[in-house]
Amino acid sequence: MGKPDTILLDHGAGGKASAELVGGLFAKHLGNEVLDQMDDAAVVDLPPGRLAVSTDSFTVDPIFFPGGNIGSLAVHGTVNDVTMRGGRPLFLTVGFVLEEGLPVADLERVVAAMAEAVQEAGVKVIAGDTKVVGRGQADKLFINTTGIGVIPPGLELGAHLARPGDVVLVSGSMGDHGVTIMAAREGLGLEAPLSSDSAALNGLAAGVIVACPGLKTLRDPTRGGLATALNEIAASSGVDMELDEAAVPIDPAVAGVCELLGLDPLYLANEGKLICIVDPDQAQTALEALRAHPLGHSAAIIGRCGGTKPGKVWMNTSAGGRRILDMLSGEPLPRIC
Amino acid sequence: MKHVDEYRDPRITRELGAQIRRTSTKPARFMELCGTHTMALARHGLHAMLPDTVSMVSGPGCPVCVTATEEIDRAVKLARTPGVVVATFGDLVRVPGSHNSLAAERAQGAAVEVVYSPLDAVALAAKRPDEQVVFLGIGFETTAPTVAAALLTADQQGLGNFSVLSAHKLLPPALAALLSGPDLGLSGFLCPGHVTTVIGTACYEPVARDHGLPCVVAGFEPADVLAAILLLVKQVEAGESRVEIAYQRAVKPEGNPAAVALMNRFFEPVDAPWRGLGAIPQSGLALRAEFAHLDASKKFDVSVPPAQDHPGCRCGDVLRGLITPPECKLFNTVCAPSTPVGPCMVSAEGTCAAWHRYRRED
Ligand code: SF4
Repeated sequence: MGKPDTILLDHGAGGKASAELVGGLFAKHLGNEVLDQMDDAAVVDLPPGRLAVSTDSFTVDPIFFPGGNIGSLAVHGTVNDVTMRGGRPLFLTVGFVLEEGLPVADLERVVAAMAEAVQEAGVKVIAGDTKVVGRGQADKLFINTTGIGVIPPGLELGAHLARPGDVVLVSGSMGDHGVTIMAAREGLGLEAPLSSDSAALNGLAAGVIVACPGLKTLRDPTRGGLATALNEIAASSGVDMELDEAAVPIDPAVAGVCELLGLDPLYLANEGKLICIVDPDQAQTALEALRAHPLGHSAAIIGRCGGTKPGKVWMNTSAGGRRILDMLSGEPLPRIC
Repeated sequence: MKHVDEYRDPRITRELGAQIRRTSTKPARFMELCGTHTMALARHGLHAMLPDTVSMVSGPGCPVCVTATEEIDRAVKLARTPGVVVATFGDLVRVPGSHNSLAAERAQGAAVEVVYSPLDAVALAAKRPDEQVVFLGIGFETTAPTVAAALLTADQQGLGNFSVLSAHKLLPPALAALLSGPDLGLSGFLCPGHVTTVIGTACYEPVARDHGLPCVVAGFEPADVLAAILLLVKQVEAGESRVEIAYQRAVKPEGNPAAVALMNRFFEPVDAPWRGLGAIPQSGLALRAEFAHLDASKKFDVSVPPAQDHPGCRCGDVLRGLITPPECKLFNTVCAPSTPVGPCMVSAEGTCAAWHRYRRED
């Protein structure tokens, strides 16, 4: 009998099958000098600075989608969360929950995509775990990642640091990931050229951090989209914001599909974009720093913070009207990450 | 999406806004009959472009919102029936019935599938021959022909496991009921482009002639809506009341006779219950007797006890333009999109949802 081509309960039982999976698949793709020690705990050295730690579980359905898969997303999502607080991401831990019956080939595609993402982001997977559950107890596979990064001494970024007058930028078009997943999930058979923007943002962020000492806030607008992220920043900083709808970059294909499905791209998730809030003097510098990076080529200044109505976000619409831009509330959210 | 951008061109919309402000001197209160207009006005912030003299009020034009509680209860009963799969548009699953929404039933194991078109429900029936697929037919004359097309397909394919539970509504009888009720102080109607594309403009003639209220048919892009409001304002200023089409690229005065014929082939008018408006004679659509084999209300027992609406919910008054959502005590306190009490907060076109999302600070 050769190796089974689907995941069996045995694979999580800690015996020979587990060892094969770990050695043959995980170590092959994700291995490095720390992980390869296979000891109870990883032991690593850290550069000076404060730690930034973030954990997230990924359950996206479908697990493969245009522009990535659950594996690359699990790396990007956590790397980005560490990055948003100014952390330079260094290490990841990875936990898998596999459903019995998952094709091993699918798992290999996922792990290979993680390996590529890890390499691009310049981080190392230093610890991992795998569990197998019976059919129906999970949906194909779930991944948890924890990211560890170090914040260089003196750097302080946070959602509470925006002040009236500060300028709001985004690094690119909004809603790409969310709309791609929804279209793929529903099997809408749309011909539109949609693709998730899933990407590691540490390189892009590093450019702005270096260029702009007046940087206040970085935020990746994931679930709930731009609208929700800006509301959160406005609330925790005690500022209001005024956005210019026409300035917010939206890919025409995304706009078209949103129109068709009655979705608003400003509420859809992004997995490779960041919001950046800077001192007004440095808005132009920040814009140039973002645009200098391939992931930020369509970056734009989209609005400004004010001090009149703390916590509110207003939008001047393209049509010439004005309205509130509220948080996402209660919309049925499919598993997009 | 060029055709869309053109009607969002800020130069055009700003100019239209300025013209409305220049033209309007008399106070005017217009009702938008269609939920899509409610959303377009709110989403593009168009209220902020209108002068103080012009106000817009929402009417009974959101198909999900006007669906009566008893109609939801019937759908819930079907969903609980073993062997039955209920297929419906997404919004409807979250509308509370007397006791439960379809979403709550689904969480407890009932078979409820969300589809994007009635034809998807036919395809579902073909794929699941051992189950009975019931599509919930809701909506106005806009959707009824597409449901008729699905019925035609199912009939031609000889699918014995597809049927429709019809809760379709007709716009003209509701308009008549609205005008025969308490005086709403209206100055005119912003008429729905989609419905008019199908049924034509004849139904607005009595409104303009007998009630002296201007009627302008509008499209759904910001420039469409503003252009129609400008025509309404001009009529009010001139003391006129006519039917005009501000959406000529889609609407012909005679409508779409082929779509109407298809609708009439499968459906006939019946008395129907409306949320907020009560029973209105000949305002709904039922399947004709010869299509009983496609009629879920004939194939299954859909009798339900009298419906119980949430006592505090004022959707009915909202749907008649009597109050704005913030005047409902439950608005934003108990009732929010995550915990909707009434359908007006559920539907993407609902007036309460529009206010919650876009107009809280008005
Ligand atoms: S706010 Fe809620 S309870 Fe009040 S009328 Fe609207 S839907 Fe009904």
